[in-house]
Parts: sequence; structure tokens; C-alpha cells
Amino acid sequence: MSAEDHDIKKEVNKYWLVFGALLVLTVLTVGANYLHVGIKLAIIVALAIATVKASLVACNFMHLSSEKKLIYLVLVMAAVFFAAMMVLIVSAYHSVPEGLHHVS
Amino acid sequence: MDTIPYTVEPRIDTGLYNAKFGIWLFLASEVMLFGALFSTYVLLRINSADWPHGASILNVPMGAFNTVVLIASSVSMVLAWASLKDGKFGMFRLNLGITILLALVFMVVKAFEYGAKFSHHLFPETSTYLAIYFTLTGLHALHIVGGVIVNSYFWGPGAGMWKSDPQRFTNRIEIAGLYWHFVDLVWIFLFPVLYLL
Repeated sequence: MSAEDHDIKKEVNKYWLVFGALLVLTVLTVGANYLHVGIKLAIIVALAIATVKASLVACNFMHLSSEKKLIYLVLVMAAVFFAAMMVLIVSAYHSVPEGLHHVS
Repeated sequence: MDTIPYTVEPRIDTGLYNAKFGIWLFLASEVMLFGALFSTYVLLRINSADWPHGASILNVPMGAFNTVVLIASSVSMVLAWASLKDGKFGMFRLNLGITILLALVFMVVKAFEYGAKFSHHLFPETSTYLAIYFTLTGLHALHIVGGVIVNSYFWGPGAGMWKSDPQRFTNRIEIAGLYWHFVDLVWIFLFPVLYLL
């Protein structure tokens, strides 16, 4: 067995482990929904689990854990612009004029 | 005739073959596309007097099932690429076929979900929650359709490249895989945000 064959086999084993972890985390996501904690805590827990799952997919299936610097730079820029957009949204929320009707 | 450069060998300046840099730029733009809609969701929700709990309107078991289906399709996609790296074309075809099949299962389940909503007279114009639900999941479903078309091409006629230029074909599958994993990644956030919160 060549070194490359061994590496591929190792990679494939890792993919199955990640698959298992993602399934467990999916069960946890749904399970946490039945705990009926407050909405703020529920949002934090759900988004934390989703972030862990997304990181597992990005680092392992998308091989982001061993990519070139240029790709990290592109993603950092996307993250910065996304964060800026969220900041604008939140600041817009705090500057809603009083007496404005809510939508449902 | 000139051939397209850097389809296999990496460029000296980027350290990447061109398509790989291209797909990451595209995915960065996709982050902004879905990011804009996620921030729209946040804005609508925090300004709403009464926001429904997703589970009271949507079918959580169906959503959870679709999450597992999409995660499994991501695994089969990366296994398809690994099979090519290993020189096993038969395994590649099997894994990519499974990926396409799972994507179709996802779409069928989604169609049942949409159908159930429509039969209860729940449409995008019914409420702000449903408007953003249909927008986000509809856009995501369009991405699934795009992925199915691309993957089907590589499973069928596009696979001919494996004989003429195996390295380039392997790179093409890597690119298609990166897109597919991103679609999975978006759903990983959509499911809790829309169904559970």
C-alpha cells in the first residue's frame, strides 16, 4: 500500500467520523428544542451547535483546515462584510422612530 | 488551439488552480447573498410584535430528516472525490449517484412540506414569517436544483473526461463538491433558525 493510498484511507475514515458527529449534533439540535428553555438561551444553543456543525463540514469536507492563505483572505473578507451588514441591521433596530407600528 | 491554463497545475501567485480560486470567490458572494437574507430575517424578527415558534407551523421531523439527508449527501459527495483520488471510477459513480439521489429525496420532502402548507392556505403573503421561510428555503432549493444539474452532468456525459484528463476531472469534482458542501452548510443554519426557534 502506497503512502497516498494510506492517506486516502485515513481521509475516508475521517469523513465517516465527521458524519457520525454531525448526526449526533443534529439529534442534539432537535433535542434541545424540547427543553423549553427561554428563547434567548435557545437561540444561543441552536446557533452554537449549528456553528460547530458548519465548522466540521468546512474544515473536513471542504478541506478548509489545510487551504492556501488566499482562500482564508477571501473568507475573512466575506465574514467582515457579513458582520458589517449585521451591525447595520442591529443599529437600524435601535433607531426605529417611536410609535411605529410592528408587523407580524 | 490554446488550452485553458491552470486547470490542473497551481498558479505560482495564488498557489491554486484557477477553478478552485474561482469557486471560493463565488462561495464568498453566496455568503453575502444568504447573509443578506439572514439579516433580513433578523430585522423582521426583532421588529415583529409577535413571531411564531417555527415548530408550531413547520414539520420538525421532516426538517430533521432532510438535514440528515443533506449531511449524508455531503458525505457521499466527498467520498466520490476521494474515490477518484484513489483511481476507483466505479466507486466515484456510485457515490455521486447516491449524492444525486439524496438531493432528489430532499426536494421531494420539501415539495411535500410546501404542499402541506399550501393545502392549509399558508402562502408567502400569509405572514412575515412565512414570507421569509419561503424566500430562504426557496432560494436554497434552487441551489439544490443547480447542484443536481451539475452533478448529473459529471455523472453522465461529463465523466468522459476521466479517460482523457483524469486529474482535471478530479479537480472538477472537487469544485462541484465545494459548492455542494456549501449548500449543506446553509441548510445547517436554516433548519434551526426556521424550524426550531
